[in-house]
Amino acid sequence: MAEVVGMPAALPVGSVRHKASGWWGMWTVIATEASLFAYLLFSYAYLAVQSHGGWVTEMPKFRIAAPNTVLLIASSLVLYWAETGIRNGRRGRLLFGLALTFAMGAMFAGLQGLEWHNKKFGPSDDAYASTYFITTGFHMAHVVGGLVVIAALFLWGALGKFSAQRHSAVTIGALYWHFVDVVWLAVFVTFYITPYLQAHHG
Amino acid sequence: MLTTTDLKRTPQIIEATYESPTAERLEKIWKSEPGLRGWLSTVDHKAIGKRYLITAFAFLVIGGLEALIMRLQLARPEQHLLTPDQYNHLFTMHGLTMIFLYALPILSGFSNFLWPLLLGSRDMAFPRLNAFSYWVYLFSGIFLYLALLHDRTPDAGWFNYVPYTLRSYDPGQGMDIYALGMVLLGISTTVGSSNFVVKLLRMKAPGLSINRVPIIIWGTLTASVGNLFAVPAVSLAFFLLWTDRNFQTHFFDPAHGGHPLLWQHLFWMFGHPWVYAIVLPAMGIVSDGLPIFCRRPLVGYTMVALSTVLTMFIGFGVWVHHMFATGLPPQSLSFFSAASMVIVLPSAVAVFAWIATIFTGRPVYKTPFYFFAGFVFLFTLGGVSGFMTAAVPVDWQLTDTYFVVAHLHYVLLGINFFPVIAGIYMWFPKFTGRMMSERLGKWNFWTMFIGFNLAFFPMHWLGLAGMPRRIYTYPPGMGWDWSNMAASIGSFLFAFGILLFLINVALSLRRGEIAGPNPWDGSSLEWSTPSPPPSFNFVVIPTIATRHPLWEDRLQEGEGGSRLGQGMLLDNGRETISTNALNGEPEAILKMPGDSITPLLATVTLTAMFVGMLYHWWWLVLASVLASVAVCVAWLWPTAALGQTAGEHHG
Repeated sequence: MAEVVGMPAALPVGSVRHKASGWWGMWTVIATEASLFAYLLFSYAYLAVQSHGGWVTEMPKFRIAAPNTVLLIASSLVLYWAETGIRNGRRGRLLFGLALTFAMGAMFAGLQGLEWHNKKFGPSDDAYASTYFITTGFHMAHVVGGLVVIAALFLWGALGKFSAQRHSAVTIGALYWHFVDVVWLAVFVTFYITPYLQAHHG
Repeated sequence: MLTTTDLKRTPQIIEATYESPTAERLEKIWKSEPGLRGWLSTVDHKAIGKRYLITAFAFLVIGGLEALIMRLQLARPEQHLLTPDQYNHLFTMHGLTMIFLYALPILSGFSNFLWPLLLGSRDMAFPRLNAFSYWVYLFSGIFLYLALLHDRTPDAGWFNYVPYTLRSYDPGQGMDIYALGMVLLGISTTVGSSNFVVKLLRMKAPGLSINRVPIIIWGTLTASVGNLFAVPAVSLAFFLLWTDRNFQTHFFDPAHGGHPLLWQHLFWMFGHPWVYAIVLPAMGIVSDGLPIFCRRPLVGYTMVALSTVLTMFIGFGVWVHHMFATGLPPQSLSFFSAASMVIVLPSAVAVFAWIATIFTGRPVYKTPFYFFAGFVFLFTLGGVSGFMTAAVPVDWQLTDTYFVVAHLHYVLLGINFFPVIAGIYMWFPKFTGRMMSERLGKWNFWTMFIGFNLAFFPMHWLGLAGMPRRIYTYPPGMGWDWSNMAASIGSFLFAFGILLFLINVALSLRRGEIAGPNPWDGSSLEWSTPSPPPSFNFVVIPTIATRHPLWEDRLQEGEGGSRLGQGMLLDNGRETISTNALNGEPEAILKMPGDSITPLLATVTLTAMFVGMLYHWWWLVLASVLASVAVCVAWLWPTAALGQTAGEHHG
């Protein structure tokens, strides 16, 4: 089985996009965080199945949640646009895109806060209410974490830390934000869509 | 000013030894500052590995003393050395200490010390995160033991079933400390696992393809991937328990739509993969160590590697076998019973591989060999009792009896602790530069082995005779008296064996024979470095062509060999090579961070947050979150030295 690899010619030095250890590290973070949400949604499904009807105390409304979901997904597209900007060395586009992503993310958080406020129940009313607030609360914590990441990237971008050759922090931070947005879709489908699939309970 | 040559470079290939001026220069680049500051800020994986080993062993001693007190209480019927309440606290602290604060961290110790050496590299993937994971582990252990300062320590067993653990049945802060401490420890486990996974995918020596890495790498990798998927379940369960206790949520409260079995599902979805996480790396120690003492390569490398991965994979589908007696539907019991039996197959593959290695080898009867061979025996016994309880009717008869206690000690001590002791005997020269005493080692083995079997074998009988676990005393005349006395005597003999081991360590540290680089004539890369290895591990990055780079001359595994004394220099600051995951083709030169105090600062702010959550000091929670953000921004600040910034803005 002996087989000798050849010695390389010139190699990139330092953190380069997908060759950066941090990019791979972020995938492990996503794996474990996605599992966390899977266990949260498992808890929801398990308690719903065990409740034998009457689980959802108030049918979810889409008036805020639906546009808010669109807003969050759109913020991912904006961030992708910003990241492709710095890949071509366009720092202005990076900064503008980061600022816009931050604003959209903050608006999502604000609207989700309004959604919480409008609920007629609180986290300690029953198990359904507990799963709703804890799961969306976990997601909110991730959104806030993502906003901190985007703010830090904006700061570093404004200080001229990123260029076409070296911007792995942007790539890694964006990957996290995309995850936060995608995982929201799973939360949204579970809490907002599935109750309507059992219409006879509603 | 950075130039384009700094963005791309052809590594210089040289020949150099550990006595060369090059080695001296590398030592200056990589060594930690002396003094307290250097000690607190080092990111050297070897220092961190040793800290893990020592801390985990300290927790083992604490957990062991707790067990000895229980064995005194149970030695004879109707004893009142302990009250029932004290007994509950003791078995709970014993369990959580051994399972969470000893069993995985000790293996993280080995893996942290060994991985970069085995993989021909200069540090872990994320050296600062490595320091962080150690500090968080230490702080969470202290946090859990701070319960002693409160009115109650945790007292509902290590798996902590609701509803006993809800506030109405278990008031006081002990349970909240357990809940939050486990979430904190989970952070340490997760970042540690992430480090191992990325390390394997990205940072092996050139040519060290995935089918050439030692089995302990497979074991730790499998455990780490498993942890990434499993730990969130237990962290979530404990977090939900905390909100149920403190904020009146209703996850586990059937009066308001919750369900007590949700706890058991979440706990064991984590718990069973965790069992494999705390044995697979230890089985890796055996698979790599046993061949050295049998003077031949491991029989069936590929099968053992694949069975390691397969065990974890099936391990995610067996959690319900901890819940056979909870009234679940028969279809579910059948499925999980079958899965639990199937898992015997990959374990048997490994056992037969070890036996075949001994049988076809020329065993060298040194202390590590005794422990390895003892391990194979104990593993087989523990496996058989596990196979028995995988059958639903047998489990119904035996659950919550001493049979289960016997089984879990055979597997956890047999598969984790015996290989750990063997591993310390084997790698002690690499850790310290000195050999351990063989004479004391043999005494150590026989007292431990006889003590262990005397302590735990009678428990099978006690379980079959109907003695429930977790009772603080029992009446005479149940037929349990002699077995309990034997178990207590055995446990003290076993503890005496561990004491002999500690004496051996203490004496050998000062007076052990000087080891040299390769005292056992081992085959893997760590034995090519001096004992103990220098801060930079390798003067030049080795190039690997086979599974046994140090045995190539006698194994003749093919054309061309590994090159150890000649290779890439990489000395422009702390640097190592990145290769692709499967084949080990060089891809990039990685800039590694230097020593830093930020991991410790981040641990302090994170722990402060948990203290705030425990006492409901919300100002402290807010302050420590803000401080954590500041520390993280400082930690991740992009620098040119790490190759994270470059280009026109630096002109």
